[in-house]
Amino acid sequence: MNDLLQFLSFEDPNTRYVVTGTVLLAISSAIVGSFTFLKKKALVGDAVAHAVLPGVCLAFMLAGNKNPVYLVVGAFITGWLSLVIIDQIVARSRIKEDTAIGLILSTFFGLGIMLLTKIQHSGNAAQSGLDSFLFGKAAALVGTDVIVFSTISIILLVVVFIFFKELTLIAFDEDFAKSIGFPVRRLELVLTTLTVMAVVIGIQAVGVVLMAAMLITPAAAARFWTDQLKVMLLLAAIFGAFAGVFGAYVSYTAPAMPTGPWIVMIISIIAMFSFFFAPRKGILYKMVKQRRIQKKIRDENILKMFYQLGEVDGDFFSSRTSDILAERRELASGQLSSGLSRLKRHGYLKSEHGSWQLTIEGKNKGQRTIKLHRLWELYLTQYLHIAPDHVHDDAETIEHIITPELEAKLEKLLEYPDVDPHMSKIPYES
Amino acid sequence: MIQQVDNPVLEVHDLTVSYDKKPVLWGIDLTIPRGSLVGIIGPNGAGKSTLIKSVMGLIPLGSGYAELFGKSLDEVRDQVSYVPQRGTVDWDFPASVMDVVLMGRYGKLGLFSRPKKADREAALTALRQVGMETFVNRQISQLSGGQQQRVFLARALAQQADIYFLDEPFAGVDAATEKAIITLLRKMSDEGKTVIVVHHDLQSVETYFNWIILLNTRLVASGPTEKVFTQQLLQETYGGKLTLLSEVGNLLKKGEFPNREKTI
Amino acid sequence: MNELYIIAAGSMVAISCGLLGCYLILRKMAMVGDAISHAVLPGIVIAFLIAGNRDSVTMLLGAGLIGVFTTFLIEFLHRKGKLQSDASIGVTFTWLFALGVILISVYAGQVDLDQECVLYGEIAYVPLDLWILEDGTNLGPRTLYVLSFVLVGVVTFILLGYKELFLTTFDPAYAAAIGISATLWHYLLMGAVSFTTVAAFESVGAILVVALLIAPPATAYLLTDDLKVMLLITVGLGVVISILGYYLAASIDASIAGAMSTVAGLLFALAFLFSPSHGIIFKKQIAEPTPDALSS
Repeated sequence: MNDLLQFLSFEDPNTRYVVTGTVLLAISSAIVGSFTFLKKKALVGDAVAHAVLPGVCLAFMLAGNKNPVYLVVGAFITGWLSLVIIDQIVARSRIKEDTAIGLILSTFFGLGIMLLTKIQHSGNAAQSGLDSFLFGKAAALVGTDVIVFSTISIILLVVVFIFFKELTLIAFDEDFAKSIGFPVRRLELVLTTLTVMAVVIGIQAVGVVLMAAMLITPAAAARFWTDQLKVMLLLAAIFGAFAGVFGAYVSYTAPAMPTGPWIVMIISIIAMFSFFFAPRKGILYKMVKQRRIQKKIRDENILKMFYQLGEVDGDFFSSRTSDILAERRELASGQLSSGLSRLKRHGYLKSEHGSWQLTIEGKNKGQRTIKLHRLWELYLTQYLHIAPDHVHDDAETIEHIITPELEAKLEKLLEYPDVDPHMSKIPYES
Repeated sequence: MIQQVDNPVLEVHDLTVSYDKKPVLWGIDLTIPRGSLVGIIGPNGAGKSTLIKSVMGLIPLGSGYAELFGKSLDEVRDQVSYVPQRGTVDWDFPASVMDVVLMGRYGKLGLFSRPKKADREAALTALRQVGMETFVNRQISQLSGGQQQRVFLARALAQQADIYFLDEPFAGVDAATEKAIITLLRKMSDEGKTVIVVHHDLQSVETYFNWIILLNTRLVASGPTEKVFTQQLLQETYGGKLTLLSEVGNLLKKGEFPNREKTI
Repeated sequence: MNELYIIAAGSMVAISCGLLGCYLILRKMAMVGDAISHAVLPGIVIAFLIAGNRDSVTMLLGAGLIGVFTTFLIEFLHRKGKLQSDASIGVTFTWLFALGVILISVYAGQVDLDQECVLYGEIAYVPLDLWILEDGTNLGPRTLYVLSFVLVGVVTFILLGYKELFLTTFDPAYAAAIGISATLWHYLLMGAVSFTTVAAFESVGAILVVALLIAPPATAYLLTDDLKVMLLITVGLGVVISILGYYLAASIDASIAGAMSTVAGLLFALAFLFSPSHGIIFKKQIAEPTPDALSS
């Protein structure tokens, strides 16, 4: 706990560097990654991330030291090269895109590993820490490194801002963009460069192996909360930043630990949470919604039953016992009684000594459902030419979903008919 | 104009199919007599391919059922053959024409058995029927569109089935191939096989088929060509979607409604 | 002798991965293979913690099941969660791999795995890890037994299921129509990939397994139009990659697995450029397919 407070107070200038650096890196990856996510090119980022390793190693081998500028240039070159090669392979041979991505990813990385291990075995003292590019080490973000990477990060964000409109369009609808004369190829180039740059600086914190997660996962998580691009970018940035801070904290408490896996762990948890619990799109949310719909259907069916009993008797408001109701329609007794209670709560039914009656609202609602059922049956027989004995099941579902606007249209289209295909009277509101 | 027949070779009963919660086929009821050459006609997105796919069990049904020869598909699978759209397959696949046509025999072979001489004979016969016997060992990546279509047809023929479903067999195919295929289909129909074809070209419908299904999400008509291929019915088919139906479909999708109420 | 062991191990890994990889690339599931090879890591670590050593077959099974689970998870996110398929893959495997690495660093004492070695393995240890019975008999490198077992399994799988794999890879819709379950064979294939990557883990590590899953099949794909030949070429390439990779690594003193991947990439490049049938250098000279000949 003390550690955490100490960390959050940002007293230690090192901590400030590391946090600033990691957060900026995370934010730029998340934002650039959102565009590749929307273009459904998420895994290309994975290929780039793996492909920068040989570049880093070669730069080291040529320069003899870990000067960040050289490493960035080396990484950038092989990263860019990998994308060009993937494109060429797909364009000029029958190799498909997923194969090309996997191929370049693994062979470039293999080359990188080969070079890295060679460097490690060569005993060159300057190489220690080069392997932190594999899994990232936020703690290594100190001094000039931070300045270089943070600057690049900010440049990336500025470029995204400048080209926001254009990037949005090519992510959304490339063909349309071409048709209105956008220089799509040049914009693709911009996005590609941004992606490679984001990867090159991001690997400091997260490492090569898990970099893809920093591009994809924040965007995937954010996507579940909103349909608006700007909001999605903002959320992706926030999620990424949060994960980044966490990674910095890990580095603070355990400097020898690689930070990459922890950052990815956190962002993945955020993503899983989003997949399940986000409103409207979340899986759990959908399940709850389904449950709610089932209840609505059940309740309306119960009211329908009352109404139909009333049609037979001539009296809509007489009392019914739950046995009579259970006879009429197959309902699990638990569901019937909970439905009855719910309807009472909402004022559609009242109860007295164990038997139930419709209220006026209840009668109207049941009547409307029956009306919609019969109108829809008529519609199916007249306009879809479906046999009268086949329309009942369909109407059983649709009667619960027709809105008042559609109801009006339906009535008008059928010219306010009196009876349904089975000669039952269609009840209109008095 | 929906004509029903007794002892149909295909019966579709109250079939409703949804895609992504939106109904694509609604309450389809039809029967097809044995030995017909049937054309399924309708605008794009009308559900024509969906109809075949759901009969073939490739798409789950929202409601209703389909029966072939009065039985469920699983009971009569070896009597039913299917020719999917050409574009569903990657023709760069490393296989020869014979390899593909032999696939038609796999349904008859068990799990671990290899194709035997009789199977190769059946494959060759099928290739002869489509005029591709000289292409036996050709790699499929070297075939033209029309040749690919013929190979697909040969594969179905190799099954020696009684009912054949073809999904847009004439799309992107040259005139000579089209003529060859329709001649073959007519021959099959004369031999008592039932051939059901999703077709996209209104010009040729009247000459090709003796039974027509007009489809636009709902069944507009089904019956002999002379009775169904009329101005009025065509207008109803192509005259746009039923707006009310579409709106209800949208509501089902937006509200994520279950498509058919299970007995609640 | 040691060289032979190492090259043999490398060849067996390359062949097992390559054979399965042929089907992966033809199904456009190369990246799912990549995902599985990463996702098995936490399974391996947990199996290690439970079993206490790396000898058990249970490790193979348990960790392999995680691979199948990964396939389920990807499908789940895609179907139920409506997450686009590339992101479903990306989110799943990065999360599982991160989990694996964390487990390794947390349980560093109890688990004889090095977080960098999981990336590229250490095939050079193969001759050192000997299977010695209680009575002292030395049966040779343990890994070779495990890898042979896996190789036999893979070959048997492909032989027995040859036509089903062929059909479900080429035309899953037609397969389903004639009653062959494309789903079943999909999961069987992914299961085979899982077990193979787990077995290969020790020798070549996670990432390099991917190179062996994809590069030789991709190379073979550019050299032939016949699946049987493609499978055979892949086998041949596997052996060549293993031999060349070993000597390359030895000559510059680097990771053998890394060298093998590099060689695999170079061989692909050669095929890409110079393949008589599909290489871009020769493509212009290949005749266009004959226009549709009229037939009766």
